[in-house]
Amino acid sequence: MGLIKELIKGLRVTGGTMLRTIAGSELVTTQYPKEMRVKPQRFHGRHVLNRYPDGMEKCIGCQLCAGACPAQCIYVRGMDNDPDNPTSPGERFGFVYEINMLRCIFCGLCVEACPTEAITMTSLFEISTTNREDAIYTKETLLMERDGSVPHMFPDDELADLDELDTADGWLRATSPSGVAAYEGVKMWQGTPGPADWAPEPSQEERDRRSGDGESDG
Amino acid sequence: MSWPEFWIVVLRVVLTFGLLLLVTLLNVWAERKILADMQNRIGPKRAGPFGILQTVADGLKLFFKEAVTPRKVEVGVYLLAPFLAVVPAFLIFMMVPWGRPFMIGDHEVALQGADLNVGLLFILAMSSLAVYSVVLAGWGSGSKYPLLGGVRATAQAISYEAAMGLAMVAVVMFTATQGDGGTLSLAEIVNRQAGTWGDLIPALEPVLRFVPRWNVFPQIVAFIIFFIAIVAETNRAPFDLVEAEQEIVGFHTEYSGMRFAMFFLAEYVNIFSMCAIAATLFLGGWNGPTFEGSVPGIVSALLPTVYFLAKTYFLVFLFFWIRATLPRLRYDQLMQLGWKRLIPGALAWLILSTVVISFRQFGPPWS
Repeated sequence: MGLIKELIKGLRVTGGTMLRTIAGSELVTTQYPKEMRVKPQRFHGRHVLNRYPDGMEKCIGCQLCAGACPAQCIYVRGMDNDPDNPTSPGERFGFVYEINMLRCIFCGLCVEACPTEAITMTSLFEISTTNREDAIYTKETLLMERDGSVPHMFPDDELADLDELDTADGWLRATSPSGVAAYEGVKMWQGTPGPADWAPEPSQEERDRRSGDGESDG
Repeated sequence: MSWPEFWIVVLRVVLTFGLLLLVTLLNVWAERKILADMQNRIGPKRAGPFGILQTVADGLKLFFKEAVTPRKVEVGVYLLAPFLAVVPAFLIFMMVPWGRPFMIGDHEVALQGADLNVGLLFILAMSSLAVYSVVLAGWGSGSKYPLLGGVRATAQAISYEAAMGLAMVAVVMFTATQGDGGTLSLAEIVNRQAGTWGDLIPALEPVLRFVPRWNVFPQIVAFIIFFIAIVAETNRAPFDLVEAEQEIVGFHTEYSGMRFAMFFLAEYVNIFSMCAIAATLFLGGWNGPTFEGSVPGIVSALLPTVYFLAKTYFLVFLFFWIRATLPRLRYDQLMQLGWKRLIPGALAWLILSTVVISFRQFGPPWS
């Protein structure tokens, strides 16, 4: 008898869902190419190598990203900067930088490991290719232009939303120096060169204060 | 046989066949759409209005795909098996009366492929024959997993066929008391379900007058057993471990293109035919109020077909609903349900209804 009760319970769930769907409740699926979902701010898409606002590369070729990568998909070779014409403000710069997108698990550990915020992630995820060689992104593909725009692999594709490239990774906002009270609200870096000007993410205390939870803690 | 009679037979067969093909096309689409609704999805929507031509598109795709014949197959058996699946599936529906007979001139046209006087036996025979296609497909594929799938399917079909047959026997026995002698002809079984239960208990006449004289009311247990058995017989969820696309390998693994499509077609044809048989045996077939005289003649002629389709589609919808709800049974659970619950249950019900029928017919044995 218990079995029959469970059976009816199950039938009620599916039947109820059907009636609700017919009545026009919100669907769990979206018609993907036509309607795009709003991506989370810290979406882990393909990577980008950032520049400073003056056009210098942020990457210093330290290989910490390659060391942090659990999938071992990053290959970096550093090179000493030419003192007269430096590529990066550091001693060295990333001479070779390759990411194998077929191996990458988009965990973002490279972003966390990077001491200069040189590598961050964009919100692009439509990166399928028709041959494996194209899936190995070289520095040419990864490095942003001097004006701060990120090269798109398939700019002519109907799915390519080039506006998304202007938004830097949420990581840059999330790691803002709100941990130290003296630096609260002070920007230490800029994700993209040019006029990008966003507020750092609020600290936990700030958020608590806004939602009113902080007071109850005393 | 005169020429008009010959053409009437042709007309009956073509009409029945056409109806079956049409509803099968719709069923595949309807199942996907209903499942989508039950899972809060959209479902097919591209081909035609509401995606109603989805089946046609799928069929065309499968038709133009390469039919790969693996090197190790037993060619004859391998090629024969899909046909063995489709032919019995279509023949089963030929027995089902799907509308009230009408007259062309002075010839009567029954809306039924053929009215055999052993109709029910023929249905049982055909559904047993369909098992061969599964066995032969599994064996002829020359690969071990389809073979295992085929063996699994055979064991399942045989055990549930027993329960199905026993449930049918109870109905046949009951039908024999409803008219002049016993019958296995489906047309006659439908005729005996015409009217209402008004004369059963005189005291309850005002209420029972509105209860149709369907077999499902006195034979409710047989109906439930029969329904579970046909779900298993047509290899539908939760008894679909014959195919079990997701985890274990089924018997048609080595089939592709049109040959695979034929197994697929047979499954959906079987769903509809089996539901039609259930509706015929238990829900009064095409019986229903036709409002003779108060509506145009064409309406009262078509209403029986509408009733038949409505009853059948109610059962088909139950199939879809159950599929969307229940997880697949494990093999031993399946066998346990078949042999330890359904068959003893069907036997007990058979004995019980025999006793009741004898009492009503002959009075108590001590009299």
